[in-house]
Amino acid sequence: MSVELLTLAFERPPIDWHAFAPEITLLSVGALITLVDIVFLEKARPYTAALAGLGVLATLIPILTLALDGADRTMFGGAYVVDDFALVTKAIFLLSGYVVILLSTNYVAEGDYWENEYYGLLLASLMGMVMMASSRDLISIFVALELLSIPAYLMVAWRKSDLRSNESGLKYYLMGVFASAVMLYGMSLLFGVAGSTQLTHIAEALNGAGSSVSVITMGIVFIVAGFAFKVSAAPFHTWAPDVYVGAPTPVTAFLAVASKAAGFVALLQLVYVGFYMRPEVFEPLIWILAAVSMTVGNLIALRQTNLVRLMAYSGVAQTGFIIAPLAVAGHSGAIGDQALSATLTYLAVYAAMNLGAFAVIITLARRSGSAEIESFAGAFHYAPAMTVAMTIFFGSLAGIPPLGGWFAKFEVFRVLATAGEPWGYALAVVAAVNTVIALYYYAAVLLKMWAEDAPEGDHLPVPFTPSLTSALAICGGVTLLFGVVPQVVARFTHVSLLALGS
Amino acid sequence: MENLLDGWGLTVATFSPMVGVAVMLLIPRDQEDRHKLVALVTSLWVALVSVLLLIEFDIGHTDRLQFAVDKVWIDVISSHYSLGIDGISLPLILLTVLIVPLCIVYSWNHFPEPHNPKAFLILILVLETGMVGTFAAQDLVLFFVFFELVLLPMFFMIAVWGGPNRRYASLKFFLFTLFGSALMLVSFLALFFLTGAESFVFTDLADAVAAHGVSRTAQLWIFGGMMLGFGIKVPMFPFHTWLPDAHTEAPTVGSVILAAVLLKLGTYGFIRIAIPILPEAAVEWAPWIGMLAVIGIIYGALSCLAQTDMKRLIAFSSVAHMGFVMLGISTLTDFGINAAVMGMVAHGLITGMLFFLAGSVKERYHTLEISRLGGLLVQAPRMGWIFGLCVMASLGLPGLAGFWGEFPAILSAYSPANGVPVETFRTFMVIAAVGTVLAAGYLLWLLQRIAFGTPPEEFADDPHITDTSREEWIAWAPMLALIVAIGVYPNLVFRLSDGAVDASLHECLTVNASELTADQAEALGCADVYNISVGDGHGGDADHAAAGG
Repeated sequence: MSVELLTLAFERPPIDWHAFAPEITLLSVGALITLVDIVFLEKARPYTAALAGLGVLATLIPILTLALDGADRTMFGGAYVVDDFALVTKAIFLLSGYVVILLSTNYVAEGDYWENEYYGLLLASLMGMVMMASSRDLISIFVALELLSIPAYLMVAWRKSDLRSNESGLKYYLMGVFASAVMLYGMSLLFGVAGSTQLTHIAEALNGAGSSVSVITMGIVFIVAGFAFKVSAAPFHTWAPDVYVGAPTPVTAFLAVASKAAGFVALLQLVYVGFYMRPEVFEPLIWILAAVSMTVGNLIALRQTNLVRLMAYSGVAQTGFIIAPLAVAGHSGAIGDQALSATLTYLAVYAAMNLGAFAVIITLARRSGSAEIESFAGAFHYAPAMTVAMTIFFGSLAGIPPLGGWFAKFEVFRVLATAGEPWGYALAVVAAVNTVIALYYYAAVLLKMWAEDAPEGDHLPVPFTPSLTSALAICGGVTLLFGVVPQVVARFTHVSLLALGS
Repeated sequence: MENLLDGWGLTVATFSPMVGVAVMLLIPRDQEDRHKLVALVTSLWVALVSVLLLIEFDIGHTDRLQFAVDKVWIDVISSHYSLGIDGISLPLILLTVLIVPLCIVYSWNHFPEPHNPKAFLILILVLETGMVGTFAAQDLVLFFVFFELVLLPMFFMIAVWGGPNRRYASLKFFLFTLFGSALMLVSFLALFFLTGAESFVFTDLADAVAAHGVSRTAQLWIFGGMMLGFGIKVPMFPFHTWLPDAHTEAPTVGSVILAAVLLKLGTYGFIRIAIPILPEAAVEWAPWIGMLAVIGIIYGALSCLAQTDMKRLIAFSSVAHMGFVMLGISTLTDFGINAAVMGMVAHGLITGMLFFLAGSVKERYHTLEISRLGGLLVQAPRMGWIFGLCVMASLGLPGLAGFWGEFPAILSAYSPANGVPVETFRTFMVIAAVGTVLAAGYLLWLLQRIAFGTPPEEFADDPHITDTSREEWIAWAPMLALIVAIGVYPNLVFRLSDGAVDASLHECLTVNASELTADQAEALGCADVYNISVGDGHGGDADHAAAGG
């Protein structure tokens, strides 16, 4: 074939550069970091973290302009959409990413790990998340998912000389690939039914198809199960505790918040844009995942002695809360919208409080070198500010007003109660019981920190670093703000995906 | 001035402590005197604002919400930032803002181990915001937030500054309370969605329940959930088991605040939320509440007789006293609930004082084991007399505040509200009356063992055992004065509470059924629900009914 023929056949799809500005900014910063590394070698090391952080913040600027502009932008025939939902979730990812960079700054530098590569990969993973927020097509969802996962596999194993880190890297990789395979199989089934990879087309096909119910059901089940791995919902959570403990703690924070959020975002898009007309399939599925995640996560968390492991199981339980509203999402359009806002609200609050908790763990573990709960005993006597911060974050995770978590939980309960279905009430009761169970282990950790004496009367103060302090200030401020003036978060998460789907 | 108070008075009273907290956070930890000063000034300022509110309060219309603020707070869930006080809230707010500065003065020179006045005082101020806010909130969600805000500081106060068993006690307190709150929140939400009310504001909800008629079963369930939430806080028998542990382990000031104010949050919830919004369910539940209340009275009293620890004994006496308050509430009558409000104030003052005294005894003798104590009147005569006075007040001696909480509550059970079984309540009345005898028994016995006799040998020549100190006088004098003042002139409280209580009760509960004509009963539209049988044979009333019919 001649070159002319090729150029004729390929017609470049119209590209809305404004809509792509965030992705392009992020990509350029990632490339810049690599370039700087190649050119300046060791001299650039101290500045890499700052550069990455600034890059992430700069990415927020086009998001802001897009939000001010307000118009929904659709590209590639509907495969890539920039709407309010996408913008809000992109902002959540980027802000979480920024906090993770703050958390990593000292950790990576002090551990003498490779820095440029670390931040490069972190930005690549963030790029995948940012893309995920806009993907409304099975293929773009899958590409985004792999883009965010593959760097994460590497980052988990970043502590090369530590066996645990290697183990968790491998474990995460194998589990992740397995989940991807399951998901791809489900996607192929749906593609078979719809003849298209676009979620809107799949929605139409699912709505019409009467004969292929079992195929549709299997497809949806496999896809949801695949994402259940990603968001560590029980019974697909078994990788999380080992990986969390083995990974460098900032990476753990990244997995527990940003990467998990990306899984939720994908799930939300699939459910709302793709499967919304099949509530009889996805609702029971989500119901079981939510109830099992909450219960299993909380019960196992009760017996943990390592704080990071505890965070892993608490994360499983929180996953249950985050997806719970989806169990009644198909009840009606209004409930669906409310469920979406509730989930997004929870995600935003969860990001702030969970990252905050990890920030405290990283700060305190810097001093003792251990994440065993025992080693946090008596923190109140040598690190009162950290203890108060931990109280804010754990109190919020437990859902105690006036800390952010209460509003998130409140919204979940509200949606479950509003639907007026017995299923919804039952799940609300399960959630209420779990709230109390969760309280026990959060309170037990806080008690350790407040009420006990430090081991061996060790009262050396905790070394503060500017980046960790700012991470704590951001997370603490946001957690408190969301709790006292929930309107702030509610305003942003009040978006809808249904208009597009129907 | 007046306008400023009107719009901002309550907000200022509620959030001033947080300003104090912010200032204290900026002061380094070792400048203890400054912390004490800031905390004291803040709490006195709050007290001053509250007194101004009292002065500007329109006593003629205690039933009306005054100094009301109503702004949309969380739009998506129709929750308002709605504050306001009427004659029920006002005495409780005044009690709160009185207790807090006194607690700060009391701990001036002896903060419990591990010391750290900064953190301790910050927690007290956070508590103050939560307590004042709960009494002022007029929106369910706002109420819930303030109600919960109280939890964490108290948890830490017990967990950090408490006795040897503090971990267990604090966790138990925390879990019990939060379990109640979780159910309470579910009830609040169910109430909101089933009624389809416009907002979470109390009055909107009450209107919605009255207008749309939520199904009776739903009302019963919702009331049950609230009852569990509030009942754990009160605490009602059988949910009281956290209280003795919490009190025994808490530092003195923690015990005082817990007894004086925190327990009242539960009873206040019944009076302010559960009964006015769900009167029909209240009628149905009333006998059960009454039953638990009298069980609490007797059980608390018997437990007191078996205690060997002074603080634990006072804690159990709280269970009994709150039983009287709950009995008054369960009658659903104007009279009974007024008695309950009075009982709340009186119990706050008296039991608060008793815990102060227990703390001071502990400080001097380093033990609260009753069998090791004795002869307080010999070694510290003034303190012994104060203790005697408080014991008398607690057992309900006429002329002191305790009497006006206990006696009317018992009396009110003689004729409960319409629809509430009379015979059952008269039985309760008799049992409660027996409870007062038991109360006199355990309290006098306590007094005898601690204050009378000669000091035990181990403490006979102990130079640490001194009489009441200056801080103690400053902290105690206002409370003692109020115990006597309210005892002599109970109208100090009744005048405030009466109108508000009357307004909070559903008309059908309070109407005198025997004076109704059938038409009037018809017009009320609630004859069936409340069992109002017109002119049921009370002499001349039949004529009215015949004439009307």
